[in-house]
Amino acid sequence: MVFIELLNERYSRWKDLVDFRYFRTLKSNNDMTDLDIAFVEGAISNTNEETLVKKIRNNCKKLVAIGSCACSGSPANQRNYFDKSTKEEIQFILDRFGHREKVSLLSEVIEVDDTVNGCPMDENVFLTKFDRYLREFGVIA
Amino acid sequence: MHDNLDINIEQISKTEGHADLEVKVRNRRVEDVKLKISENKRFYTQAVRKRSYLSVPQFVSRICGTCSIAHMTCSNEAIEKCLHIVPSKQTILLRKLAVYGMMLRDHALHLYFFCMPDLFGKDSVFDFDRTDEHWIKQAFLVKGAGNNLSKVIAGRAVHATYERIGCFSHIPPKEKIHELINELRSVRNYVLDLIQMFFDQTFKLERTTNFVALVTGDFSFLEGEIHDSQGTTIKEEDYWNFLNLVTSPYSQATRFVYLGKEYMVGALARLNLNRTALHMETRKDAAKFLNIFPSFNIFHNNLAQAIEILHCVDHSIQILEETEFKEESPPKYDIHGGRGVGVIEAPRGTLYHMVELDNHGRVTHANFVIPTAQNQIKMEEDMKMLIPQILDRSKHEIEHELEKVVRAYDPCMSCASHFLRVKWI
Repeated sequence: MVFIELLNERYSRWKDLVDFRYFRTLKSNNDMTDLDIAFVEGAISNTNEETLVKKIRNNCKKLVAIGSCACSGSPANQRNYFDKSTKEEIQFILDRFGHREKVSLLSEVIEVDDTVNGCPMDENVFLTKFDRYLREFGVIA
Repeated sequence: MHDNLDINIEQISKTEGHADLEVKVRNRRVEDVKLKISENKRFYTQAVRKRSYLSVPQFVSRICGTCSIAHMTCSNEAIEKCLHIVPSKQTILLRKLAVYGMMLRDHALHLYFFCMPDLFGKDSVFDFDRTDEHWIKQAFLVKGAGNNLSKVIAGRAVHATYERIGCFSHIPPKEKIHELINELRSVRNYVLDLIQMFFDQTFKLERTTNFVALVTGDFSFLEGEIHDSQGTTIKEEDYWNFLNLVTSPYSQATRFVYLGKEYMVGALARLNLNRTALHMETRKDAAKFLNIFPSFNIFHNNLAQAIEILHCVDHSIQILEETEFKEESPPKYDIHGGRGVGVIEAPRGTLYHMVELDNHGRVTHANFVIPTAQNQIKMEEDMKMLIPQILDRSKHEIEHELEKVVRAYDPCMSCASHFLRVKWI
């Protein structure tokens, strides 16, 4: 969400510099292969998500976790800390929809190269790192 | 013509969050339509228990990023009702501005970035060429005006920090007020262009339903009574007598019926039920567009959203021009047990937060009713009606038409996800 808000003032610059290959919030036709950088948000709660992030990891050179859920697991991982009776209360939902026993932050499931923490993520940190990666991949001097 | 058809769309695009769609057609008869909201439950209803009332609004605002201000505002209202806290007139005005900023940004995101590519026959805004690129520039300016309104009034556009129980921690500085007024004025004509665009679009899907919305005297999304198309009026605290929860084995979102039947909430419901309360300037400049309402065409939900943007601009300008904001002391109150219900209109429809506190101000029970969950049954029924009419088209075209219907509702499966998908099986 913050990334889309950042486009307000940067779209014209980034449009000429960046090929947004996989961005389902804004595009229907997406391609996940051979990415330079993947920015991934969200914690890993079910097995489908685990499979997906592993696929992303295998298709990108750098993977950056953005936002609190991806970087620290919270607040998506609040069920990890429920007491016994509350866990029993929600168990049927976890079983029905293939949830993992625990919600994990990204780095517990895949190798993460970098992080931008915060809820919402710190946009200044993101912009600094974004420019750094543009330089690293030779997009800007 | 497809006699038999199985669709399984995984990850619908250009919506907020994750949802899949399954369709089964046999002998040209639709046997099944399942909109499967696959966004993972994060169990806020359970996680909020035992929390101090003070932390609840910020905590539950994490239910959703894009409408976080709606959740925070609704939660504040629920706690204020429980603890008998009466916010000042200035606090109410600031809340209206905060909600207007959110509504403006959120509707603009949906209309320009999710829906507009369908109108231009393009996949995404990234595909707009120089001929149409002025729309993209306008999109960012309109959305940016909403962002800046939220930032000045509420501290941030996403997970705002100034709004508190009973008050605001900051008041907007005078120099920023003038900037906001100028910025809102500068985008007003762009909003009128946006309204014209969605007025001119020819997509149509009509099906009679019951519309439900919080009817507010100044169309501010915050205060009033719940009305429906049948003329029923409900007090906020009685909401649970009219809503019934319906569970589904295939969707992680809870769904609801109203008086036992499907219904619709959102901008179309608000315009159908309360358009006479729109700002005077909005009613004047959008008069020819408003004649379309009441409407059962689901694609007019997007026209209604565009008109709401104009209202947010006009009423915000009026409030900012007429109000001299001053430092205020927070209201005093005692902590005691009780029950409070907050009801507001979020971008996608009526949002309910109910909270029960013990005598120490800790949550014993909470209930949240989310707009998209209320529209879920109607979305499926609309698609059941549409599919037989388009069975002569290719699979790809049918998928696209179904996605357009889903997008017309502007569903929010969650704050932090990026797709709806259709899978053919």
